[in-house]
Parts: sequence; C-alpha cells; structure tokens
Amino acid sequence: MESGIKRAGIAHRLLMLLLMIYLLLPLLATCIYAFAQEWQTTVLPERWTLEWFGEMFRDLRFLESLWTSLYLCLISVAISLIVMLPAVFVITVYLPKWESFMKGLVVLPYAVPGVVAAVGLIRAYSSGPLEIAGTAYILIGAYFVVVLPYMYQGIRNSLLTVSAGPLLAAAELLGASRTRAFASVILPNIWPGVLVSSLLSFSVLFGEFVLTNMLVGGQIQTIQVYLYHRVGESGHLASAIAITYFVFILLLSALLMKLGQKMNGGLKG
Amino acid sequence: MVPSVKWSPAKTANEAVEIKERRVARLKRSNRWVWLGLVPFLLMVLMFQFIPIVSMLTGSLKPAEGAGISFGFYERILKSAYYLQAIKNSLLISAASSAIGIAVGLVCAYAVTRFPFKTRDRLLMLSNMTSNFAGVPLAFAYIILLGSNGVFTLLFKQWGLDIFGGFDLYSWSGLVLVYVYFQVPLALLLLYPSFYGIRDQWREAASLLGASRWQFWATIGVPVLSPAVFGTLGILFANAMGAYATAYALVGGNYNLLAVRIGSLVSGDVVNQPQLGNALAIILALSTLLAVFLNHLMTKRSQLLHTASPAKPVRRSRRMPVPRSVGAKEEL
Repeated sequence: MESGIKRAGIAHRLLMLLLMIYLLLPLLATCIYAFAQEWQTTVLPERWTLEWFGEMFRDLRFLESLWTSLYLCLISVAISLIVMLPAVFVITVYLPKWESFMKGLVVLPYAVPGVVAAVGLIRAYSSGPLEIAGTAYILIGAYFVVVLPYMYQGIRNSLLTVSAGPLLAAAELLGASRTRAFASVILPNIWPGVLVSSLLSFSVLFGEFVLTNMLVGGQIQTIQVYLYHRVGESGHLASAIAITYFVFILLLSALLMKLGQKMNGGLKG
Repeated sequence: MVPSVKWSPAKTANEAVEIKERRVARLKRSNRWVWLGLVPFLLMVLMFQFIPIVSMLTGSLKPAEGAGISFGFYERILKSAYYLQAIKNSLLISAASSAIGIAVGLVCAYAVTRFPFKTRDRLLMLSNMTSNFAGVPLAFAYIILLGSNGVFTLLFKQWGLDIFGGFDLYSWSGLVLVYVYFQVPLALLLLYPSFYGIRDQWREAASLLGASRWQFWATIGVPVLSPAVFGTLGILFANAMGAYATAYALVGGNYNLLAVRIGSLVSGDVVNQPQLGNALAIILALSTLLAVFLNHLMTKRSQLLHTASPAKPVRRSRRMPVPRSVGAKEEL
C-alpha cells in the first residue's frame, strides 16, 4: 500500500478500460451506424457510405429544426444573461443574506423534474390572463428556469474570484458612478466566466427534450424533437443526426474546457 | 465669547450628523435603486417557477366539479392498480439504477484516484463527455445495439449464443441498463471529490499507528465517505425518478412509468386528463424532494466533517478538472 499509493494496478486499469468501453460503446455504435450502408449480422458493416449525411443536409425539416434550436437557445441564454447578471451581482455584493434562498432555487430543478415543471406550466398558462401555452414564450420562460443554476453559479463564482465588492468600492471611491463601475470595471473582469456559463447553458438547452416536447412539441420542432420523430422512420438517418448533434456539443465543450483552462492559467499568473 | 465656544462644537456635531444623514440617505437611495436589478429576476422566477408549482398544487386539490378542496384525485390514484403500478415501477427502477450506479461509481472513483493526474483528468473528461449523450440519442444508440433488430442481438442470434436469455431492451431489464448508463458518470463525478478528500497522510498515519488496510477503511474511510455516498444516492434517485426522455424514446407508452404516465396524461393525444396528471406530478415531486432533502442533509454532514479537519489540500484542488457541471442534471 505504501509503495503503490499513486500507481494503478492491473485491476484498476482493467476496470477503467471496461468503464470506458461501456461508456463509449453506444456512441461508437451510433457513429458506425451513421456511416454504414447496411449493418446486419456482421461485427462491422461491409460497406460504408456518406449517403445519410447527404440526405440529412438535404432534409429541409432538419435544417429548419436546427435553426429553431439555435435561435431559441440563443434568445433564452441572452435573456437569462440580461436578467441574471444584475440580479446575481446585487445578491452577491449587497444582499449576501439572500444566498441561502438562491441555493434553494439552484437545487429546485432536481426536486422539480422537467415533467413536473411542464405540468405546472401547462396548467398555469393554458388559460387565464396570460395564455402563452404552446408558444415560444412559455418555452423561453421554462428554459430560463432550466439554466438558472448554471448561470447563478457561474456568475457568482466569477464575481467572488475577482472580489467584486472591494473592486466596486474602489471604483466608487475614485468617483465612478455605480452603473459606470459595474459596466466598465466589473463586467470586463467577469466576462470570461460569464461566457463559460453561457456556453454551458447553451449546450444544456440544446439537449433539452422533456420541456420542449411537452410544452410546444406540436408547434415547434427543435433538433431533439425532430430527432425523436426521425428515430422511428430511418435508423441510419437518425444516427447521422445524433452524431452531428454530438460532435457539435463536443466542440462546444472543448471550447468551454479551453476557456476554463485559460481562465485558471490567468488567475495563476 | 464663552457661549460661542460652547456652541461651536455642538454646531460641528450637528453638521457631522447632518452630513452622515445625507450620506446614509444617499446610500439608501442608491441601495434602493440596486433593488431594481432584482425585479426582472424575481418576476421570471415567480412566473416560471413558483406560479406553475402553486397552480399544479391547487389543480390537484380541486374537486372534479365545483369548488373547495378535495383529495379526490389522490384517492383515485391510490385506488387504481394501474397508477400504483406506475409508481412502483418508477421507484424500483430508480432504486435499482441508483444502487448499481453508486456501486459502479464508487469502485471507479476509487480506481480513478490511483492514476496519475494527467490520466485522471482525461478519464474524468471522457466520462463527463459521455454524459452529454443522454435522452433521445442515448435511447436510440441502445436500440441500435440491443434492440429487437440491434447489432448485438442479431450477431448473437447468428452465432447461436443465448447469453441475453430473457433480456429485452424494451422492458424492466433494458430500462435499468440504459438508466445505469447515465447514472454512472454522474455518480463518478459526484463521488470522486470525496475520495480525493481522503488524504494519503491519513492512510500513512493510520498504518504507522498499526492499522491494517481494512481497519483504515472501516474506521476512517467509510465514515468519511458515507455522507457523500448517501447524498449522491439522493441525487441519483431524483435524477432517475424524473428521467423522461430516455424512457419515452425507448418504450413510449408501453412500459408503465410514472414520468411517462404524467406526460401522456397532460399532453398526450389519446386521453387528456390534466388534473389527474397534476396529482401524479405532485406525487413524483414529493419523491424527488425527499431525495434532494436527503442530499441536503448529507452535504451538511460532510461539510461539518470537512471543516473539522484543519487543513484542506488547497494547493492540489486546483488540479481538479472543472467538471462540466457538478450538480447538473444528466437527463433533461
């Protein structure tokens, strides 16, 4: 034990290998299926093709749903930013007492799963003064709640790392108004962290299915809803879509990782 | 002359008070303005988080006709074998997948700590990456692999192997398999920091004092880990109870699960009984709330434990990869 504290034995290596195979196998299968002409009764397909990807990009409904997903997620993240930035700033700097309330809000998405949230939203807004059920408005509102934990934690952490309180006090002491101090001192300092949480929120929303399908599934088709409808029709085409989607998310997370590392490096130096 | 001397400090004091008051007033004014920043946020949270919950709660307590409070819908659910089965299935699948997820997560989290830092980061990154692969695409991938016309299913049939025996992707065993897939990375990510918290020095100290490996784990390791394990169990359970996309894409309405049942009651095309859906949703929310509460209690306990230990490995903590989202949902 003393000698092997930092060394992985055969058993550990084997275990990790098995875990990785288990985790990557479904992905690999989808990928192979997307490039296969036909894949039955052999370990690997006999003929490969790019036909499914071609078909995917010729499919107008795919392009439309991709576009819908992109702009819905962008609008939601933008609204979330506009609303959350001042709120988290005020709470972190002026009202630290509120943090316990915020912590409760942050775990709420766990306690209230998507299905439950959708039920409540449908009941609250399918009649009455604000009849927005089935429209993009209700979805954007629901998305706001979905990304709230990521946004809150991301913005709060950035504010704490740059010690926003003292920074603001210094700026005000030097004669800047509060708004000016916020816009020209705090914002430039926290924006890398804010960017990371925005990208993260974007990728979370891009993969959202429950709320989208239940709230506006009949009216608005996002990429996930479209994929769901495609699965039953053509397996190969659905694989091609799933892989494209996954590669997109992967690129996004790679970007996130790079940004995160850059920020850590910046703080160290 | 004398009164004026007496008078002047009073004047300056008055002035000072006045200046202070003015300053406080200005500060108050600007702090009052600061509240404005909270208004849109509170409005959004109220509209899209609290009003729906309250509306759902009142909806589930409304009698089918007329006014007042009634537990009629809950009574109907508790008397219906169909809905009871859905609740039972959901509880069982969540419990089973969480237990397996925890077991695999524990072993793997321990194994991960034995690797050098670079490999460790990569392993965690990979498992993190696969957690993006959830919901509809995940269900679909499993259909390709193990569905009725799946690659493995056909291959094994051709080779005459019958290792799956009674395995059916579209039933209990298949659902557990797919659920475990999204539980394992989450368990690994949530448990890894606690394993990380068990420091080598503790082991060295214990072994210097003559403790065997087993004694170390029994008296130090397990008590330190147990809050994290139960807390993670709560999160995994809530995660599985609320999981909808995977089950919906995999079995549709063919397997009786609480989340899927709620979905079809509220927005399904066949039967539309939103009020019954409200009551079922409340039942589901109660179970997940309980699980999250367990996590909350356990987090408190482990915080107590860790603040009691004098020094944390601060320097190393920076080496920890920033997880995509610890405390984020796997399944959306």
